[in-house]
Amino acid sequence: MKKVVRGFYAVAYSVKLCRPSVICAYPITPQTEIVENLAQMYADGELENCEYITAESEFGAASILVGASAAGARVFTATCSQGLILMSEILFNAAGLRLPIVLVNTNRALSAPLSIWNDHQDFMVLRDAGIIQVHVENNQEVHDMIPQAYKIAEDKKVLLPFMICMDGFKLTHAYEPIDLLEQETVDSFLPPYKPEYYLTTKKPIAMGCYAPPPFYMEFRVAMQNAMLRAKEIMRKVFREWAEVSGRDWGEHLAVDYPNSRIMVVAMGSIVAPLRKVVKELRSEGLDVGLVKIRTYRPFPVEDVQKELGSSEKIIVLDRSVSFGYEGPLSIDLKAALFGRSVEFYSYIVGLGGRDTSKDFLASIIRNVAHNKEKPGWAFKGYKEFEEVIP
Amino acid sequence: MLIEVRFHGRGGQGVVTAADILAVVGFKEGYYTLSFPMFGAEKRGTPVVSFLRIADEPIAERDEVYNPDYVVLLDPTVIETVNILAGIKNGGMVIANHPKKSDELKTELGAEKLNVKVTTINATKMAIEILGRPITNTAMVGAFAGATRLFKLETVVETVKEWFEDDKISEKNAKLAEKAYRYMMEVCR
Repeated sequence: MKKVVRGFYAVAYSVKLCRPSVICAYPITPQTEIVENLAQMYADGELENCEYITAESEFGAASILVGASAAGARVFTATCSQGLILMSEILFNAAGLRLPIVLVNTNRALSAPLSIWNDHQDFMVLRDAGIIQVHVENNQEVHDMIPQAYKIAEDKKVLLPFMICMDGFKLTHAYEPIDLLEQETVDSFLPPYKPEYYLTTKKPIAMGCYAPPPFYMEFRVAMQNAMLRAKEIMRKVFREWAEVSGRDWGEHLAVDYPNSRIMVVAMGSIVAPLRKVVKELRSEGLDVGLVKIRTYRPFPVEDVQKELGSSEKIIVLDRSVSFGYEGPLSIDLKAALFGRSVEFYSYIVGLGGRDTSKDFLASIIRNVAHNKEKPGWAFKGYKEFEEVIP
Repeated sequence: MLIEVRFHGRGGQGVVTAADILAVVGFKEGYYTLSFPMFGAEKRGTPVVSFLRIADEPIAERDEVYNPDYVVLLDPTVIETVNILAGIKNGGMVIANHPKKSDELKTELGAEKLNVKVTTINATKMAIEILGRPITNTAMVGAFAGATRLFKLETVVETVKEWFEDDKISEKNAKLAEKAYRYMMEVCR
């Protein structure tokens, strides 16, 4: 049923349909209304067999979820930015403990200086944690992704935390028509979570043991194996979702105009305006296509090689910085395409909520197409300033 | 077709709600709609803005609206500190809750030389008469729809009615929206 709702509600309602057992969170802009909506549903008795716990911090929230998930509960939280990095110690543990915690990160800049606005610096901190990271373009996609996240994370061949990354404000605060899922659809797609191993007095086990050098490395190899297995399982679940919901979001990548001479690569809400820009530029005669990265971890190397391996120029739009190097997405793409004769034009745009209008995006692509740029990386869309070095 | 609207008012006056109600009205009439508040932190009593986009295809633009086709003013005092004409499109229109006549406000805004239409409605007076309170968001929902003729009166009235849980409040707001709609239909003939 289509209804006009805010991004927060699109998330909360989908979480409800997944029948979580424990929700625990701490508020932070621009995430707060996701858990406020869930708290309201809890107060109204709409969340059956679910415990809603308010934590004293994000560190506490993540810790409570680790306990609940280890005891066999399906759990949910949402956070971002400072909240996510406060959770980070626990989330690295959650991955190592192989707990299928699902969390929504409402992508926001990191301090300092303080910014509550959207960019991609926060989730990059958790990039190497052993957490699956999927990026969404709009609120329908995040609504659809939540049941898929549980199905993938809870697959016994995977058992890893799953982070859905949605752009703060641009998506969270948007009030727009969403085709809300039916309970029956989600129930038929997502079975209840019944882990083989969990903390119980009936069959005691230990989790997160001390692992001295003879043992530690094998656990980490097993984590990597799970991440790599997840690639195929995700593909299968994405396909199944397209069947069940009638909405096909693609697989690890979604490609507009494949095999174009120039390919633009991006992730998150910037993909929507890029789609229009690319279409308009094609009508001007530019041979340009678009690759949307949906799965960022595990990184879909094979898909990237297939879709981008034979292009001439690749424009990467990163929204975060690996300080001292360049944009992280660009670094990953270059590694995946090592040895291919392709030129990279890697741009870091839209930090801390800086707008990335269609005109701005079009000018970037035009400049590359008309050979006005040299290959390399650069910041785009900032004001020239003189740095004061005392 | 992509129509962009910016709403001006003060925090607590329902500036965001006005854009939201119109997003639902537009959706019911078969359009794609998108409304959202100013990105950041709003405070009660300070000047705030909200945004609305109406289109006949899915809306990709998610930046704030910088070049509105329409500017809707909920609180007349905001113009003392905020340039509500900022970035308005050539041929655009200001729909203002203001006690002055349209041409007087146009002069006051310094818009004589711009190709911009300014239309006023004393929505505060209407709201006090009908609601007993100077809350103008539902009046300006009606005023916008009546002035632009984008949406039918029935859809506006039905949506405003559904918006409020309390029957009395819902009836009064629907009446207010209808009065503003009809007034603007007359003025913008």
